[in-house]
Amino acid sequence: MKVTLSIQRSDPERGGEARLENYDVEVKRTDRVLDALMYLTRNVDGTLGYRRSCAHGVCGSDAMRINGAERLACKTLFKDVVDRSGGTVTLEPLRHLPVQKDLMVDQSPFFEKFRSVKPYFVPKAEPTGKEFVQSQEERALFDEATKCINCAACYSACPILDKNPKFIGPAAIVQAARFVNDSRDKGLDERIDILDQPDGVWPCESHFECTRVCPRDIKITKLINLTKRQIKKARAADGRETAEGK
Amino acid sequence: MVHEFDAVIVGAGGAGLYAALEASKTAKTAVLSKLYPQRSHTGAAQGGIGAALGNVEEDSPEWHAFDTVKGGDYLVDQTAAKVLAEEAVRAVYDLENRGLPFSRLENGTIAQRRFGGHTHHFGEGPVHRSCYAADRTGHMILQTLYQQCVKNDVTFYDEFHVVDILLEGTRAHGVVAFELKTGELHVFKAKAVLFATGGFGRMFKITSNALANTGDGPALLARAGIPMEDMEFYQFHPTGILGMGILITEGVRGEGGILKNREGERFMERYAPTMLDLAPRDMVSRAIMTEVMAGKGMRGDRKIDDYVMLDASHLGRETVEKKIPDIADFCRTYLDVDPAVDAMPVQPTAHYAMGGIPTDTHGRVDTGRAVYDGLYAAGEAACVSVHGANRLGTNSLVDLVVFGRRAGRHIAEYVRGASAPREFANATDASRAKIGGLREKKNGAHVGPIVQRMQEVMMTQVGVYRDQAEMDDAIKQIQELRDEFKEVGAQDTGDGFNAEVLNILELESLLDLSLLTAAGAANRTESRGAHSRRDFPDRDDDNWLKHTMATIDDDGVVIDYKDVDLGIWEPKPRVY
Ligand SMILES: Cc1cc2nc3c(=O)[nH]c(=O)nc-3n(C[C@H](O)[C@H](O)[C@H](O)COP(=O)(O)OP(=O)(O)OC[C@H]3O[C@@H](n4cnc5c(N)ncnc54)[C@H](O)[C@@H]3O)c2cc1C
Ligand code: SF4
Ligand code: FES
Repeated sequence: MKVTLSIQRSDPERGGEARLENYDVEVKRTDRVLDALMYLTRNVDGTLGYRRSCAHGVCGSDAMRINGAERLACKTLFKDVVDRSGGTVTLEPLRHLPVQKDLMVDQSPFFEKFRSVKPYFVPKAEPTGKEFVQSQEERALFDEATKCINCAACYSACPILDKNPKFIGPAAIVQAARFVNDSRDKGLDERIDILDQPDGVWPCESHFECTRVCPRDIKITKLINLTKRQIKKARAADGRETAEGK
Repeated sequence: MVHEFDAVIVGAGGAGLYAALEASKTAKTAVLSKLYPQRSHTGAAQGGIGAALGNVEEDSPEWHAFDTVKGGDYLVDQTAAKVLAEEAVRAVYDLENRGLPFSRLENGTIAQRRFGGHTHHFGEGPVHRSCYAADRTGHMILQTLYQQCVKNDVTFYDEFHVVDILLEGTRAHGVVAFELKTGELHVFKAKAVLFATGGFGRMFKITSNALANTGDGPALLARAGIPMEDMEFYQFHPTGILGMGILITEGVRGEGGILKNREGERFMERYAPTMLDLAPRDMVSRAIMTEVMAGKGMRGDRKIDDYVMLDASHLGRETVEKKIPDIADFCRTYLDVDPAVDAMPVQPTAHYAMGGIPTDTHGRVDTGRAVYDGLYAAGEAACVSVHGANRLGTNSLVDLVVFGRRAGRHIAEYVRGASAPREFANATDASRAKIGGLREKKNGAHVGPIVQRMQEVMMTQVGVYRDQAEMDDAIKQIQELRDEFKEVGAQDTGDGFNAEVLNILELESLLDLSLLTAAGAANRTESRGAHSRRDFPDRDDDNWLKHTMATIDDDGVVIDYKDVDLGIWEPKPRVY
């Protein structure tokens, strides 16, 4: 079938307004949106800018807004976004990150926030030459959070970042939760002062937009709320107040 | 711009990151990667990492080493295989101690599953050796190693695409890299350079590999005159998603999944009576193609792209969702199939390069005729050789951590004694001319038709089954495509974020490696491991128990050989 890809083009380096450019392509209903993009750059217009690598939804390169919603171009089939007669598919870059060119955004602010939550293992105990023992139940507690591929879809969808660009954002909290809930890690102790800040977990208002778009089906909002409760409990135990509402 | 480091690591997958963690302990180290590190294809690995922990049942590194040698159809360097199997155990514990969230057994130790070709007591039956984190083992390894790099403040240059090596005789002095953001060419002077640029499955039409897996490291070293080892041994994984090549891990069969032909028959019973569906990949891929050619594929039309079914529905919903959740997700997304209910349509998919940059067990480039100073390789780009003619599942992830670590250590040691890298007056000239040339041909040819023909030729004529006439023709066609490539131009003339230039350079890499692969294959007149010829169906140890060393030059490919290290086990026929 025939579809029109309406792609937001811009090249801030060389100036000019962002504009939508239309490309007609012949596709199969089961083709990925990324397949059509690849076809275009290889055969029609080499100047189109976007990132991609794995082509099956595991590397996090090609999150973009497809018909207004954050998705991975490699995990979106045309049948998911147009009906049998074809139609138009709009591709725009992620929000809340500066556009570099066309569908490419500067992910550095996103990764800075990622780095800020100590996204690495801080073991409770010294290794003994074998594995740290962990029960299946303990392992299950943080399974969800290990799935994140840092695609930034949630970061783009989050309405809080519209009004507060300093909010660390959903993905960074997911990354923190990955370690906070790992029985082998020092967990919340190590990270509470980072998360319990005015721009840490508290700005989240549970709009669920992140959860809706996450291509790894992570229940992000639930994790954020769990983290809030854990912080409150830890602070209460110390007889301290949280930074909520500050 | 010119930078100077003790060590430069090219590539931020499992191999590069592990080497960087080791080297950066004492040496001033930079990691250059064309992708953001977390986008590397190590993240796509699914099934597991092999190590004889013995958590489920008795196991030993010696059995693991033997399985590796036999699985590689005896083209494996045996001392290296022993190193691999012995250090695997420590490596897995080390990853766990760095936080890797392995799945767990009831007793809280690391979970292990069965995998193709891994046996107990030298082939008596399958063994639980693959340590896994559901079907996301590679994702967890990549994340864990990157997290450790963040923790240890390793220096990264993200989206720096290495385009050239600074080499003087047999000593490396650094690399040249193209910065995506600015289009600027940077010189990185270094006492030691490690290439860990990953695989190159994108030369084939159906592949499990990422679009970025274009073999830039091996290709640019080949262009610098360094021979590539055993390029004809390219592994086709038996179970790729029909038409797309996306991998369905062998772990599905490890958990009990079964391959069936159009008659519903479990055909592996006829090909590998003991190991059945868990025979090594080369054998299962051949079995599938043999069924297809006999008209027993699902369509029954005997065409090369016909397929068979992989059935896991009898495992039940709980096992599917717990043990292979991502596979279930891929099947639902791309096939509209729920593997807990229906079988999955599969076909062999180009998966893994056994061959590559020749190294010794410290990762040093070693061609058999010369050992290079300050030049290293590790991971899929390298050929140690621990995989010989056919890699066993779970052995690549082991290879990354074991030899990535060994290379990193050797580098740290080497740079302490090495003199400063030399000054190269015109270091960037060649790359500048090449890239400038692409931009001048603004109305030049598109890459599309060349990519398409290369992938089709390699898939159909240098695939699972091969013969002389087809391979000779493939060489001719690849040479034509290399000529056509000279007409390709970049429409994008900008400096910043010019991904088009890089895509063109990636195609150049794939064309060069396709030529080396086809030429090595056409030259080897026997069948061994993943290299199976209709016209020479048997293994020929008298003439061919040796590594191919292939060099590219203006007239084509020149072939030389290197001995196989056979110190431990005598070659035997390979039955499972
Ligand atoms: C789908 C799939 C599943 C797999 N499952 C398993 C499994 O279960 N068990 C197992 O043992 N093996 C498995 N493998 C194989 C294994 O995952 C790979 O062989 C391995 O991850 C390769 O790692 P690497 O570090 O060598 O390269 P990669 O992880 O591919 O990394 C390559 C790096 O090099 C960089 N790079 C490339 N070119 C350049 C350049 N020109 N300049 C700068 N940087 C560059 C890239 O940016 C990237 O960072 C699987 C492979 C696939 C495709
Ligand atoms: S939480 Fe989900 S949407 Fe957000 S970065 Fe991770 S994978 Fe992407
Ligand atoms: S290309 Fe990797 S997630 Fe889409």
